[in-house]
Amino acid sequence: MTAPLVQVGRVVLVTYGPDAGKLATVVDIVDHNRVLVDGPTTGVKRQVLSFKRLSLTKIVLENIPRTIGSGALAKKVAAQDLEGKWNATARAQKLAQRTTRANLSDFGRFKVYLLRKKASAIKNKIAKSVKV
Amino acid sequence: MSRFNEYQVIGRKQVTETDPNPTLYRMRIFAPNQVVAKSRFWYFLKQFRKVKKATGEIVSVNQIHEKKPTQVKTFGIWLRYDSRSGTHNMYKEYRELTRTEAVFACYQDMAARHRARFRSVQIIRVAEVATKDVRRPYISQLLTKGLKFPLAHRVYRHATKRHSSLFIAKRPATHA
Repeated sequence: MTAPLVQVGRVVLVTYGPDAGKLATVVDIVDHNRVLVDGPTTGVKRQVLSFKRLSLTKIVLENIPRTIGSGALAKKVAAQDLEGKWNATARAQKLAQRTTRANLSDFGRFKVYLLRKKASAIKNKIAKSVKV
Repeated sequence: MSRFNEYQVIGRKQVTETDPNPTLYRMRIFAPNQVVAKSRFWYFLKQFRKVKKATGEIVSVNQIHEKKPTQVKTFGIWLRYDSRSGTHNMYKEYRELTRTEAVFACYQDMAARHRARFRSVQIIRVAEVATKDVRRPYISQLLTKGLKFPLAHRVYRHATKRHSSLFIAKRPATHA
């Protein structure tokens, strides 16, 4: 697993601040701590964000020239189907699962509890059968 | 977000019978507000010309806004500062979006590296520098084509205080 690189075209997830939870694309690198980021399709205004407020994703958009304009970036994002790629990643699904779990009713939580018991029973059975 | 604004301050000597049309002097001042801008204008002008606040008048103060505030630029700043044992000239470079942010970074940098306060620093010139004219290696290394780098040994900070804990069960992962 090579670490994701900071580069023009890298898709980042904003983790802190008013745009937390939104995706954006790196459009230019300011210095070792900050990048110019833009998310025309996700509602992130073009701004400089520090890496402390970001999380790099595994997605890199292709053919993003440095300092690309917002309009052109929006077209490339739509053409390369960023939303589809993101929703397919395990990470996005995990984040979505967290929000659904947080918004469950008591009955929903009960169903989750039963299913988890079933799943752990199967896992324990397999674990017992494997010779150490 | 920048603590400074850039002002264009124009002033001149007061009108007298012998001098009905005194020459106008214009300065670009970085200051947090107009009051400080006018004060700094007189501070500098007194050093260059035989005029002071009592014998002169401010003609106009206008705020200068950045032309392209969403474009990252390399700024070269020429400055003069008083250290504990003398006064020196310096040239520093910063990667910022606006002139005011570059000047703010410069003041912070001078305070950190040389313990120079605002009063001891005089900004002589702020200019955008083209990539081929960059003099400092810590800036030119960021201007290479196709720059990419990993974030090594990331120490994560929790999004909210409520998620932070004093003890954790496993060692944290520091990959990006």
